Amino acid sequence: MSIRVIKDKCIGCKICIKSCPFGIITVDNKLAIIGDGCNLCGACVPACKFKAIVIEKEQKATQDYSAYRGIWVFAEQRKGKVEGVAYELLGEGRKLADKLQVPLSAVLIGDKVTEQAKELIAHGADKVYVYDDPILNNFQDDSYGEVFIKLVAEEKPEIILIGATSIGRSLAPKIAFRIRTGLTADCTGLEVDPLNRNLMQTRPAFGGNIMATIICPNYRPQIATVRHKVMKKAARDAGHKGEIIQKTFDFKSITIKTKVLNIVEEVAKTINIAEADIIVSGGRGLGAPENFKLVEELAQVLGGAVGSSRAAVDAGWMPYSHQVGQTGRTVCPKLYIACGISGAIQHLVGMQSSDVIIAINKDPQAPIFKVATFGIEGDVLQILPALTKQFKKVLGGDY
Amino acid sequence: MNIIVCIKQVPGTTDVKISEKTNTLVREGVESIINPFDVYAIEEAIRIKEKIGGKVTILSMGPPQAKEAIKEAIAMGADDGILLSDRAFAGSDTWATSYTLSMGIKKISAYDLIICGKQAIDGDTAQVGPGIAESLGLPFVAYVRKIEEIKEGYIRCERMMEEGYEAIEMSLPALITVVKEINEPRLPSLKGMMRAKKAEITAWTAQDLNAEPANIGLTGSPTQVVKIFSPPARPGGEMILGEIGEQAEKLVTRLRELKIV
Repeated sequence: MSIRVIKDKCIGCKICIKSCPFGIITVDNKLAIIGDGCNLCGACVPACKFKAIVIEKEQKATQDYSAYRGIWVFAEQRKGKVEGVAYELLGEGRKLADKLQVPLSAVLIGDKVTEQAKELIAHGADKVYVYDDPILNNFQDDSYGEVFIKLVAEEKPEIILIGATSIGRSLAPKIAFRIRTGLTADCTGLEVDPLNRNLMQTRPAFGGNIMATIICPNYRPQIATVRHKVMKKAARDAGHKGEIIQKTFDFKSITIKTKVLNIVEEVAKTINIAEADIIVSGGRGLGAPENFKLVEELAQVLGGAVGSSRAAVDAGWMPYSHQVGQTGRTVCPKLYIACGISGAIQHLVGMQSSDVIIAINKDPQAPIFKVATFGIEGDVLQILPALTKQFKKVLGGDY
Repeated sequence: MNIIVCIKQVPGTTDVKISEKTNTLVREGVESIINPFDVYAIEEAIRIKEKIGGKVTILSMGPPQAKEAIKEAIAMGADDGILLSDRAFAGSDTWATSYTLSMGIKKISAYDLIICGKQAIDGDTAQVGPGIAESLGLPFVAYVRKIEEIKEGYIRCERMMEEGYEAIEMSLPALITVVKEINEPRLPSLKGMMRAKKAEITAWTAQDLNAEPANIGLTGSPTQVVKIFSPPARPGGEMILGEIGEQAEKLVTRLRELKIV
């Protein structure tokens, strides 16, 4: 595999120099030279009007993957209860399964979790593979990983979707590395090509500034971790029929080298932002930490959660668990109210899929207005109390 | 305790744009830095060394200029560094990168703990750390926010989760990936910078690693990027005008119409 310039075709026009994202192409004596540090991104290949730059890739012996069929969803559970993200994966997995005309299966691993399989079936799973064992009580990369890897080898799915949670993003690379297949992290869009059965996986990179679509054409299964709260949850249909397949694993065959000693929950008593339908968020535009109480008052009237920009967390005004954005939580509420948040891209990628966004900011040029459904330009310290008052008036109740 | 820290040199900003003309990334004039999450990994390794003794080796894969990033780590207090650099590594996805780095670690051979940052700020995948561990058959814990105890053959640490944390113990050798909550990285000292200036960075090629050609670079990468594009913009919104009381009233009315509240 290599990149080269075909001497006879290159006329030294220098167009390729501009196309190189890394600035390592030079032209000397009317011939393009690709310098050290080329990572074969391929940007220069289509840019060259004379087809003078080629990337030659040794073809991997095409393996027959026709035995790999079906869509799988990892039914992540915590404390015996399946997480919301698994139902989102079932919603998305159903679409893919219907397009490829294959069954949709869920993999449920844990202790005393069999009862949950029925819920997975009601949400569209045609099959549920269940490993129910006290050893599998808590998530551990080695135990869950070995169980999953063995099942993949036995059943050969073509696509596996895993929630991009801290558990999913730890488990998935272990599985993908061992099976020797592709893994795409933190996807926000999935499409499948019914002809070649390739999964087109779209994900943000560079902190959300760039979107990339990635495929895994020569290996199976194709594995993706999928961002929470981006896909719509599967609808519940109590009449949907499915099969529960009880599986066992011989844990004597592996050495478990890690041990979970205890699990500590730290979330503040307020509503968890990842699950809230309404979020009122504050940023540095509030001017001082004590002004967060205006945000809290509005959130309380609306029965919503309090979010925060990274800047306000970094300033020590709010704990990290409230942070919305690339390095905090991705949220997708029905209503998101951004108060004094300018809208850095890192914040926007964490909340822009909210149904309705309200932005309150004194700077009319603030990027937050670009994603807002409704915008109010002005002093957030005056507008917030007025809004709280108005909501109280129309919503009634005793606050 | 022999500690290996895997680092990546990345563009100093995530504020990159796509050129509409060429549909590729515009990275002109952007300086390179050590991936910020890896700086926490370097700091943690140095702290362990200061506490219980040992050696900190920096390992990176990249073009020859990535030596600068390794030198920066030495300036912070790492002992030495190795750069895996070969045009055959170009185009690596996370699978091939994990494989290549693990081959480098195998060649180093003496190690108790491998530390990686949780993810790089350009790719944002968080997959290479766990991939290296799997390639070496090591236990690992991702998203570590605190090392509670570390001694010969044993580590106890806290994994950051969405709703809190988990205390986990494992045997060494092992791998951890760390989050920014773990420490406050130091700045390089003057003495460190002098040492870094003189430091010789070992460079290993694919051949030095005895790497399987089918597992490295573009050929060894199962995934392919087929398209990059700017995120779609949301349709333009509606500005609510008027006096403050009026604005509040209009907005609440609009939300009631949409049955949001």
